Amino acid sequence: MAGGTQVIDGGRADRFKELALPHLDELYTLARYLMRNASDADDAVQECYLRAFRHFGTFRGGPIKPWLMAILRNVCHSTYAARARLVYGADAMPDEPAADPIWREVSETPEQAVVRLHESDTMRRLIGELPAEFREVIVLREINDLSYRDIATVIEVPIGTVMSRLARARAMLRAAWIAAEGGSERS
Amino acid sequence: MNCEEANILLHALLDGELDAGNAREIEAHIATCPACAATLRDMQQLRKAMNPAALHYAAPASLRGSIEGKLPAPATAETSRRAAVKGFAFGAALSALAASGLLLMIVRKDDDQRILDEIVSAHLRSLQGQNLTDVVSSDQHTVKPWFNGRLAASPPVMDLTAQGFTLLGARIDYVDARPVAAIVYRRRVHVINLFCEPASSQAASAASMQSLHGFNVRSWREKGIHLWAVSDLSADELSEFGEKFAEALLQ
Repeated sequence: MAGGTQVIDGGRADRFKELALPHLDELYTLARYLMRNASDADDAVQECYLRAFRHFGTFRGGPIKPWLMAILRNVCHSTYAARARLVYGADAMPDEPAADPIWREVSETPEQAVVRLHESDTMRRLIGELPAEFREVIVLREINDLSYRDIATVIEVPIGTVMSRLARARAMLRAAWIAAEGGSERS
Repeated sequence: MNCEEANILLHALLDGELDAGNAREIEAHIATCPACAATLRDMQQLRKAMNPAALHYAAPASLRGSIEGKLPAPATAETSRRAAVKGFAFGAALSALAASGLLLMIVRKDDDQRILDEIVSAHLRSLQGQNLTDVVSSDQHTVKPWFNGRLAASPPVMDLTAQGFTLLGARIDYVDARPVAAIVYRRRVHVINLFCEPASSQAASAASMQSLHGFNVRSWREKGIHLWAVSDLSADELSEFGEKFAEALLQ
């Protein structure tokens, strides 16, 4: 027999799972690009789901994907901040050695060279090498397929900033891609 | 439209994020500008090279299992069946209510956002070339009659020189495909466009201040007029402008 509290509490967890778990792959994809390795992405996504459930009461309906992604992004941020491995933000960016050059000629092992033959792997790598704030708009737009408004929600900037950042991100990515493909793609 | 704007807007075109009017504008620019046309082609080519399906990662099964394991299982508390039914009915009514209100809010917000975009675009357009004013005068008694016959309702034109805002003139502009009056003021080197159109109700509304592309937009309703003031002035000074204008209007 169902008790009242059970209906409400159990209902909350069930409802959360029903809404949030279908987005697991999308969130994991975003986490892989933000964290740039599998085990950090695992941890971040797990923490994201636990945090999201704790704050599920503040979710005010609408599409849940951007809400979850905003939480995931914050988790990734705080992980980075805790490790002080990455200074995040526009001001710090130009001084970041990682941000300049935009792409690097990585010294490859033979295994990596084989992997590189796959175009999607090349693209994954090039996206991964973009500076963080450009990487996230590319991933949210091209891979997670979010609208500008949803991206603005996730990264907490005005839509105009999303637009200008996306324009720069694509220009950077294209330049890196042309370089990686040895210029053969230019028609 | 200049190339700098086009370079950003062509992405919005590519992403299907532009309304018809802006799409036409950017397409017209691209048709006459080989450099921007080349950029658009480059970006289309890049998009073709990005295969989103291949760029996704699948979450490992262990991750799914561990998340499900960490979320609470249904609690087991004992209450009466009646309370459960009551709670459920209340919950359903509440979510129905929330859903309808929410829908309204989202639609409303989208609408407001679009108008905000258009206000800022109109402001930007007005700052280019000779688009700022069709009637040039610092005299409200010249500017106000100029609107006669051009708009259904003549907008309020206030002299705010004493308050530190110089009247430059006015023009007709379009927001949301409707003709609106644009009254132009200046403080120091900052141009303020004040857009006004008749509001659907006489009720006054509190002012809201929003910011887009580095411009502040103050919107409010007063005496049956919907007003948007937009400028690169600070929010404080733009609020001051709005308050002074409203004061003059209510006198």
